[in-house]
Amino acid sequence: MEEMSPIVKTITKIAFAPIFLFGSYIILHGHLTPGGGFQGGAIIGTLMALYLIAFGAVKWRKKLLSIIESMGLLVFIGTAFLGLTSGYFFFNFIGGTGFPLFGEKLQTGELIDGVFFPSNNAPLLSSGTIAVMNISVGLEVIAGLTLIIVAMGLFAFTGKEGGE
Amino acid sequence: MSFYDSLIENAPAIIIAIPLLFAFATPLISKLSKVLRNAWAIMGVLFSGALMYVLAWEVFRDGGSVARTYVFGGAEGTSFDVLSNIRITFYVDGMAAFMGLIMATVALGAVIYSLSFVKKYTGQDKYYTLLLLMLAANFGMVFTGDIFNLFVWFEVSSVAICGLVAFRTNRGESFEGAAKYLIYSTIAGLLLLFAIGILYGQYGHLNLEYLSAAIGADGTILIVDKIVLGILITVFALKAGAVPMHMATPDAYSEAPAPITAMMVTASQAGLYAVFRTGWTLYGGNISRAAAELDLIHAVGYVLVILGLLSMFVGVTLALVQKDIKRLMAYHAISQTGYMLLGVGVGLAVYASGDNTDFSLYGRTALAGGIFHIFNHALYKGLLFLTAGAIIYKAGTRDLNKMGGLGRDMKMTALFFIIGALAIAGIPPSNGFASKFLIYESVFHFNPVIGAIAMLVSLLTLASFVKVFYAAFMGPKNSEMKTGEVPRSMLIGMSVLAGMILVFSFLPSLVLSEIVDPAVTALAGPGPEIGTNLTLFSGQGSWNALVLLGVLSIVLILGILIRSWGQKGTVPNGEGKKPYLFGNPTEVNGNPIVVPASNVYWGFVKALQKYYRPMEKMHSGLINEYVFWFVATAGMVMLALAFL
Repeated sequence: MEEMSPIVKTITKIAFAPIFLFGSYIILHGHLTPGGGFQGGAIIGTLMALYLIAFGAVKWRKKLLSIIESMGLLVFIGTAFLGLTSGYFFFNFIGGTGFPLFGEKLQTGELIDGVFFPSNNAPLLSSGTIAVMNISVGLEVIAGLTLIIVAMGLFAFTGKEGGE
Repeated sequence: MSFYDSLIENAPAIIIAIPLLFAFATPLISKLSKVLRNAWAIMGVLFSGALMYVLAWEVFRDGGSVARTYVFGGAEGTSFDVLSNIRITFYVDGMAAFMGLIMATVALGAVIYSLSFVKKYTGQDKYYTLLLLMLAANFGMVFTGDIFNLFVWFEVSSVAICGLVAFRTNRGESFEGAAKYLIYSTIAGLLLLFAIGILYGQYGHLNLEYLSAAIGADGTILIVDKIVLGILITVFALKAGAVPMHMATPDAYSEAPAPITAMMVTASQAGLYAVFRTGWTLYGGNISRAAAELDLIHAVGYVLVILGLLSMFVGVTLALVQKDIKRLMAYHAISQTGYMLLGVGVGLAVYASGDNTDFSLYGRTALAGGIFHIFNHALYKGLLFLTAGAIIYKAGTRDLNKMGGLGRDMKMTALFFIIGALAIAGIPPSNGFASKFLIYESVFHFNPVIGAIAMLVSLLTLASFVKVFYAAFMGPKNSEMKTGEVPRSMLIGMSVLAGMILVFSFLPSLVLSEIVDPAVTALAGPGPEIGTNLTLFSGQGSWNALVLLGVLSIVLILGILIRSWGQKGTVPNGEGKKPYLFGNPTEVNGNPIVVPASNVYWGFVKALQKYYRPMEKMHSGLINEYVFWFVATAGMVMLALAFL
C-alpha cells in the first residue's frame, strides 16, 4: 500500500494529538457530558483510519487488537457480574462509596421523592462502574473499528482477505 | 437468604449474562486451544440452559401468572416503582419461561451437533461467539420488560444471525442470504424504533407494564396507538417469518449451517412471542377492557388469523415443489408458523369478542394449541434441520434429485428423520398431532372452513416429507456418496431433540397442564383446572396416545403372526419382483419413465398452474421487491386496524 503525499502526512501528524485527546475526553467524560465509550471509540477509530490511509501502514498487530477487543468486552460484562456481590446484576458497587477510583462521594445534588439526583458539576472520578464500563467499551470500539479498517485496507490494497 | 434463593432471584439476568460472558471470552480461549474452546462453548450453553430449567420450574410452580421481576442495577427492596425510576426491567412469567425453556433445549442440541459439523471450517471462534450471542439475544427478546431493550435484542439477534448465515464464506449464496436477511431485518428494526419513538413521545415511558396500563386508559384508543400496533405486529411477524414477509427467510434458513438453522427457528419464535405479547399484553392486557380496546384487539385477532392462514397455505404449497432439501424445510417452517398464528389469533379474537362462554368453550383451547405448537415445532423442526444437515454432510449435495440410498448406511439419521417428519405432519401418536388436534378442534368451532384448511395443510406437509424421505433415504445408492453414519456428536445432538419428541408424544396432557397452561395463564388469565391424567381433552374430543400405542402394538403383533405363516424368503423372479404401479406403464418406447424426485407431484403442480405462476413471479429474489411486500403489508395492517 502506498503512502500519500507529504501534505497529508504532515497534517495527519499535526492532527493526531488533538483528535486523540478529543476522543479520550469523550470516553473519560462519558458519565458527565454527552458521549461515552462508543462515541469516543468511534472518534479514535476514525483517527486510525486516517493514519492508515496517510501512511499506508497495514502492518498492524491484529492479534493484539483482537485481544484488546475481547478484553474490553470481558471487563464490561465482568463489572456487571461483580455487581452481583452487592446483590444485583449491573449494580453500581463503586459509586459513592469513597473508593479511590471513580468512587468519590457526590457533594452537590438534590433529593426528589427520596431519589438522589446529582447535579451536573459532579467530579470526574465520581460515577463508579459507569466510567469503568465507558472505558472498556471505548477500548473495545477502538480495537474493533481498527481491526475492521485494517481488514478492509488489506483487502483493498493486497486483494487478500486480511481478517483473522 | 440461601444461595439457591439469591440464584433464582438473579436468574433472569444471569441466564443472559452467562452466554454473553462466554461469548466475549471465546475469541481469547480459542487462541489457547481448540478443544478448550469447544468445551467452553458447550459449558456456556449448558450453564445458561440449566439455570433456565430451574427458573422455569420455579415459575411454573407458581402457576405462571406471577411474573418474576428483575430490575437491572438493583432496587431497594420490593417497593420498586416504574414511574419514579427509569431502569431496564426483565419480567419472567409463564409465557417467557416457556419460550426460554424451548430455546435452551434447542441450543443445547445445536451446540453439541456443531462440534463435528463445523470441524472442517475456519473461523470457528467467530462461529461459537455468534452462536452464544444469538442465544443471549433469544433469551433477551423474551425476558425483557422494556420496549427499547426489546429493540436492542432484536438487533443483536439479527446481527448474530446475519454473521452466522454468511459463515460459509466460500459460497456466494451465503452472502446473498445474509445480505437479504440483514436488509430485511434492518428495515424492520428501524420501523420498530420508529414505533417505539411514537410510544415514548405519547406516553413518556418505555416500560411494557406501564405502557400496557396507559394505552386506552381513559376508554379511548388514539390513532397513534393503532399506527404503533400495526407496525409492531408486522415487524414481529417478519421476524417470525409470516407470509408475505417471509421472502428472505428461505434464503437465510437454507444457507445457514444446520445447527444455526435449528436455532434460527427459536429466534423466529421469539418474534412470534413478541407478536403475542403485543396483542395480548401490551394492547389487550390485564386492564379495564374498555369497548374501544376490545374492538381493536378483536381486529388484531383477525389479522393474526389471516397472516396465519396465508403462511400455512403459501408455505406448504411452495415447499411441495422445492428440490433443495433445506429450502423445502424452510418453507415448512413458515407453514408451521401459520398454525401458531392461527391458534393464538383465534384465541385473541374470541377473547376480545367479550363472550366468556365462547372463550372457555374453544378460545382457550385454540390459544393453548397455538402455544403448544410452538413447543412442538421447535423440537421437530430443530431435529429436521439437524437431519438435513446430516444428509448434506454425507451426500455432499442439497439437491434432492442427486441423492439416494442414504438409508442403507445412515439408519439412525433415517430414524430421526421419520420421527421429525411424523411429528411435523401431525400423524398420531406424535407430539405434533397433539397440538394440531387442539387447533383443529377449536378452529373448526370458530370457522369450519379454516379448520378444513388446517387439515389440508397437514396433508400436504406429509406429502412433501414423503418426497424427501423417498428421495434421500430410499432407492439405489449413489456410488459417489460417502458411506457410513455421521459422527457421534451429531447423533447425540439429534437424539437430544428426538428423545424429547418421543417422551412428549406419549405425555401430551402432562406438557399441556404443566408447561403450556402456565403460558396460557400468563396471557389470558387463570382458567379451569386441568387434570393431570394422561388423556388430552380439547373441549370437544379427547386424545390418548397410549391407547393408540396399544392398538398399534396389537396390529403389529398380528402382522408379525400373519407374516410368519407365509412363504419364507423373497420371490426371486417373476411378476412379484416388479414394482406395482397401479397398472400404469413403466416404459415408453423401451425407455423407463423417470420423474425427478423434486417433481414427484407434477400433477398437483400442473393442476394449480394458475396459482404457482404468480407465486414464482412474486419470489423474484430481488430484495427491493421483498421490502415492498413488507412495507405494503405494514400499511395494510395499519389501515385495517385504523378503520375496523
